[in-house]
Amino acid sequence: MSYLFESFTGWKAYCENNDKKIFQTVIEYETAQKGKSEEVIWSNLQKAYTVMKDAVDTGLKEDMTSRSGMINNGAKKVYNHPKSVLSPEFQKLISRALAAKEVNSCMGRVVAAPTAGASGILPGTLYTLQEIHQLSDGKILEGLLVGAGIALIIEQKASLAGAVGGCQAETGSAAAMAAGAIVYCLDGNIDQIFNAVAITIQCMLGLVCDPVAGLVEIPCVVRNASAAAIANSSAQIALANVSAVIPVDECVEAMGEIGANMETKYKETALGGLAATLTGQEISKKVLIQDIEILPDEDLPE
Amino acid sequence: MGTKSSVFDMIGPVMIGPSSSHTAGVVRIARAAIKVLGGIPEEAVITFYNSFARTYEGHGSDLAILGGLLDLKTDDSNIKKSFELAKEKGLKYTFKSIGNASVYHPNTIKLNLTKNGRKIEVIGESLGGGIINIAEVDGFHANFSAQSHTLILKAQDISGAIAFISSVIAQEKANIATMSVSRKGKNDIACHVIEMDSGIQPITIEYLRSLPWVKELIYIPDIDL
Repeated sequence: MSYLFESFTGWKAYCENNDKKIFQTVIEYETAQKGKSEEVIWSNLQKAYTVMKDAVDTGLKEDMTSRSGMINNGAKKVYNHPKSVLSPEFQKLISRALAAKEVNSCMGRVVAAPTAGASGILPGTLYTLQEIHQLSDGKILEGLLVGAGIALIIEQKASLAGAVGGCQAETGSAAAMAAGAIVYCLDGNIDQIFNAVAITIQCMLGLVCDPVAGLVEIPCVVRNASAAAIANSSAQIALANVSAVIPVDECVEAMGEIGANMETKYKETALGGLAATLTGQEISKKVLIQDIEILPDEDLPE
Repeated sequence: MGTKSSVFDMIGPVMIGPSSSHTAGVVRIARAAIKVLGGIPEEAVITFYNSFARTYEGHGSDLAILGGLLDLKTDDSNIKKSFELAKEKGLKYTFKSIGNASVYHPNTIKLNLTKNGRKIEVIGESLGGGIINIAEVDGFHANFSAQSHTLILKAQDISGAIAFISSVIAQEKANIATMSVSRKGKNDIACHVIEMDSGIQPITIEYLRSLPWVKELIYIPDIDL
């Protein structure tokens, strides 16, 4: 069982050889590794999904102004705008991903999925998917399990942390989880699910983590919206059996390789990219605490 | 990576934003500290070091530390209102920032807490993903994660103390995960910090506490409950 979440090829073989549905193997893993009963797993998933939906609703209802002021009720404005670029559904998808992530930036309650910085992507996509296709909560929870399995492999072969692999590791992984979950929920087969993951990773590769003033706000919030859109475009492509050509395991390896070679200034240090722009630096001066005590040597802790 | 991740590390934890190291981890450091103190403090001096010194306000770590000191959990939406709650509960607090304590982890917090005349000092590190390390308690090396059951025992530095304590724990069939012992000096006070995979009975805690050479015993079952 321990090899299960080391590669997508191994995961697929396990499902086929044992005639198991993909989500069932994730439950098996959790039971074997953490000794949790199936009942506890389902109830924890339901709790997580409820927190996700609550985050979307809260972000669209309550005041969402961050202490820095950089986040200021953007999700509501998008949700209520009279002009839809594509369709009202697309407008809802984007505003919901923004909403849940704004809740995170404004010290509200979210599910880190897989991380706090990417906490708007699964809520935005799954909320909208459930509404459009009239799916049961049970189906969505199965989709979450598929997403968790995807993240477990990415964690092994690459990374889920911005400080290790850049933004591709956070929003990229969340988008890959969402794309896999969408295809699963729309009755795609295992090849289509993993193909959606591969395509999503191809779209997110190389994204750096360059948060202005080091805060989880700019560009994190808008990247949660774009990642939600990419998850949907990848799912649409994968459902039509358009191949990613590069197999999913190799895509994840590429993500790991890019992360390993990414310069430190692009890994959550707020030293490069948008954080290092003129405006980024000005904001940083305003937002960050400047009156820091610098102790003389003899007073420093030993 | 030592242990395999859980499904609920991927879909979770449920937490208050914006960042696991700046909010969830900080709340947990404070929760560990109030277990050491034995309740919500009347007065708290909170020092943020290094990276935290500059970023604690932007990330809301000031609200998170107060929330934890007020016994709020990592997923409590009231953390946002910690300033008001502190006023209501009569918790007086002061914040300090020190930028150049390079001997400390980048995300370090020192808590000096007072309650009913009892004063404690706890130094905690937020390691990412909400994981913490309590580095020091009252000047003694502690190094515990507060993820399992922790025993902090201050005792006279006598021979056989470590063997005695571990045999008492062994009788409870509790497996010791980590143990660190440090002392101020020879035959002075020694501090034993023991992390166990499972809990021990109240009667055993009382027994250890009753030993003449044991000066103080703090038992921390689970800081997230």
